[in-house]
Amino acid sequence: MKLELRGITKRFGSLVANDRISLTVEPGEIHALLGENGAGKSTLMNVLYGLYRADEGEILLDDEVQHFTGPGDAMAAGIGMVHQHFMLIPVFSVAENVMLGNESTGFAGTLDLDASRARVTEISERFGFHVDPDALVEDLPVGVQQRVEIIKALSRDAELLVFDEPTAVLTPQETDELMEIMRQLREAGKAIVFITHKLREVRAVADKITVIRLGKVVGEAEPTASNAELAAMMVGRPVELVVHKDPPKLGEEVFAVKDLRVVNATGHVQVDGITFSIRAGEVLAVAGVQGNGQTELTEAILGLQEHVTGSVRLDGKELLGRSVRQVLDAGVGFIPEDRQEDGLVGNMTIAENLMLNRSFAPPFVRRGSLQIDKLRAFAEEKLQQYDVRARDIDTACGNLSGGNQQKVVVARELSRDLRLLVAAQPTRGVDVGSIEFIHKQVVATRDSGVPVLVVSTELDEVVALADRIMVLYRGRVVGIVPGDTPREQLGLMMTGERPKDLEGDVA
Amino acid sequence: MSTLTDPTSTGASPGPAAPTGEVVTLVSRKTPVVLGVLTVGLALILLFQPESGETTLRLARETDFFQLPDLTLPTMPTAWALTIVCALLTGESVRRYLAKKRTPMWLVAIYAIAWMTGFLVWAAVGETLPVVGLLAGSLALAVPLVFGALGGVLGERAGVVNIAIDGQLLFGAFAAAVVSSMTGSPWPGLLAASIAGALVALILGLFAISYFVDQIIVGVVLNVLVIGITSFLFSQVLAPNAADLNTSARFKVVPIPVLGDIPLIGPILFRQTPVVYVLYIAVAVVTFALYRTRWGLRVRAVGEHPMAADTVGIKVNRTRYRTILIAGAVAGLGGAFYTLVSVPQFNREMTGGAGYIALAAVIFGKWDPIRATLAALLFGFASNLQGVLSVIGSPVPSQFMLMLPYVVTIFAVAGLVGRSRPPAADGVPYRPQ
Ligand SMILES: Nc1ncnc2c1ncn2[C@@H]1O[C@H](COP(=O)(O)OP(=O)(O)OP(=O)(O)O)[C@@H](O)[C@H]1O
Ligand SMILES: [Mg+2]
Repeated sequence: MKLELRGITKRFGSLVANDRISLTVEPGEIHALLGENGAGKSTLMNVLYGLYRADEGEILLDDEVQHFTGPGDAMAAGIGMVHQHFMLIPVFSVAENVMLGNESTGFAGTLDLDASRARVTEISERFGFHVDPDALVEDLPVGVQQRVEIIKALSRDAELLVFDEPTAVLTPQETDELMEIMRQLREAGKAIVFITHKLREVRAVADKITVIRLGKVVGEAEPTASNAELAAMMVGRPVELVVHKDPPKLGEEVFAVKDLRVVNATGHVQVDGITFSIRAGEVLAVAGVQGNGQTELTEAILGLQEHVTGSVRLDGKELLGRSVRQVLDAGVGFIPEDRQEDGLVGNMTIAENLMLNRSFAPPFVRRGSLQIDKLRAFAEEKLQQYDVRARDIDTACGNLSGGNQQKVVVARELSRDLRLLVAAQPTRGVDVGSIEFIHKQVVATRDSGVPVLVVSTELDEVVALADRIMVLYRGRVVGIVPGDTPREQLGLMMTGERPKDLEGDVA
Repeated sequence: MSTLTDPTSTGASPGPAAPTGEVVTLVSRKTPVVLGVLTVGLALILLFQPESGETTLRLARETDFFQLPDLTLPTMPTAWALTIVCALLTGESVRRYLAKKRTPMWLVAIYAIAWMTGFLVWAAVGETLPVVGLLAGSLALAVPLVFGALGGVLGERAGVVNIAIDGQLLFGAFAAAVVSSMTGSPWPGLLAASIAGALVALILGLFAISYFVDQIIVGVVLNVLVIGITSFLFSQVLAPNAADLNTSARFKVVPIPVLGDIPLIGPILFRQTPVVYVLYIAVAVVTFALYRTRWGLRVRAVGEHPMAADTVGIKVNRTRYRTILIAGAVAGLGGAFYTLVSVPQFNREMTGGAGYIALAAVIFGKWDPIRATLAALLFGFASNLQGVLSVIGSPVPSQFMLMLPYVVTIFAVAGLVGRSRPPAADGVPYRPQ
């Protein structure tokens, strides 16, 4: 199916998110959309999918003008979409989420759960994603939720598929897997729109590249263009793709985790006896496929998990058993993996979100009342510094683009005196220009003598930031290795294989 | 491209629920603690307020097929014996907790029966306690609450807070009285009650779904509005023409053959009016529809995450309208109980705020039709117990008993019965962009 967008304009109040965008996607073509955070990529795709109504312009499928009144019409016309912010219902099981809107039913409209379970299993097997159809979505780490979102879109046999940042939380292996799926779909004659911030992916699969900046198409690029060229075109300036960092100036062993064991609400053991320590001025990066206990590890440190045993010490003081607020007051900064669930309050403004971790004490609160002037000045500064693309500091965070939401969370967590930084997927969905900036900030935090724990599914990020790398598999430590360990070895370790030359758990 | 080569990449992810594959049982100490406190409470009552005499439990009514003989028990020994049973059950619960096992439902159920019987034997000392009457009466008092609670559950599951339950009950009662008076038969009245409830729901939907007005406010305003309208019509139209318009034809008790003859249970559950049988069907149908059908899945989706529902082609607001209309119709049926069963005419404000209690049952019942039904039954029991005890004259101050349903609600909402979580989009209007 051939897609043509003609002069699409979409405004949110005074903000023009899409400004007369025209785009053509041929059948059997993978068309990549590149652009900075807030450029308007998701908005354009939501217009195409019928979720937003365009203010101007038209959508043509096979040269026929379409009038979508909602996503139902777009789906009926053969459009499928993987949403950047997953459209999954947390309290439903994977199978229920996949079947929703497309249910197979028996007598009197009764649900045929077995059929959709089988369908989930079939698709996930066909594409090499492993997902338990009966798991509740809210219990799944974001990486697994991403797989569910993809399975959901694939299960509907669409002719035109939109993938909006499907790889932001996938591991390199899963990403390769997904790109293979896209190639298969292309061979089958489907049209594909692919949005990502990872340039290697664009170069690997895209047939055509369109770059959007500030809501306008700024040009097309060839897949043969270099990373640096693509990055410059996107951001409008040259970008440093690998952040320079000095060798660490190691201090005391200020953060130590011992025999940590975490059991989730359903009694499953998620983390089983993890022991490690981080020295002042050091970055320890956790690598591993999502769902191997990373989420629970970070949450346990914060005090967000209920059934935890072992010990977590910061500056000699025990953190376990303390309330989240006490942990924050001890100087722990936390970038959660799911910004919308745990990082932000969607209908509060940027300024308000920026003070969430300091809502009890100066500088923003004095004797129980908000210091609005200080907060506004602070918010303005952070907006500038972190290049958050928003109308102003009073914009509700829920209305920001995905990458800009992430920047707000990072800005909040890094702009306070820290004793420990725990960062899960710190650059999830962030454009290359901002990755550069956030990486620099993390490195600066390390260089100020703070121990840093980074969890990332992105091996590039792990390698870029880590002084040492800890690999988790099935809730246990496979090994802790130096930051310059070859990727092949890390890949093997991620499957649970322990290198022979490695001694003890703690490197 | 990544240089990473991983032979088993596709199989690398373990089932997300169990990274280590190891599962341990987690038990909460809430149950044993609550059981213990209740046991001690009962023992303290018996210690400090000992009564001497006998208590008679009447287990059948004169009209019943099987006449179970009355049971006369020595008050204190029986009460103490039941306290000991409670203590033993508490002990078992503690033992299970220590062995990291959950306290099963049956244990809690036996405990509840033992505790309640013990308490009643003590409270009705020297008197005859009509057990069947007490329970059948509880059911009767609970009928409008259960209908109302079902209406509440349906609405909230779809994301519309149905505060207007009370208005739906009252308007249903009014419509049932008028229509059955005019037609001389209760069935058209029942139908009218249901339509009246749906009408109130339609207004709620119009403001809450289409015009994004705060749902709580619309609901409360509707309740007041219905009180005003029905009171006005009552005094201006019904009262002057009471014979024609406000003398409703009531439902008669229709015993179900065989089932109605089961001792104890039969007279309570199966010698009732058709409205009660409609209630049984409604509970079953709502539960089944909500959890087992496509309709129910979509309703729940819309109440949890309307945007996600929209992206899979579900018409959010249409689904909400449809559900809230059904909810109103169900709640309206409950209103009919007042004028087609309880008394043969409509009176001002005759629901006495039952809709708000139904709302509490929704929360206590964790937005689940079966649990909400049980909660409503509990409220009905507490209300009836208060009535029965004040009639037979007991040592418990009746004001205390009057408090009981509300005390239970507060504990329930405070989380004593575990996590009580409303649908995520409950009360949040959906506005496409
Ligand atoms: N619902 C909304 N209400 C108001 N403004 C919005 C809304 N959705 C998006 N915007 C604004 O429109 C602009 C484009 O956002 P969009 O989500 O399309 O960006 P994007 O290109 O997908 O960015 P990212 O790479 O970060 O996902 C942003 O400035 C954003 O703040
Ligand atoms: Mg986006």
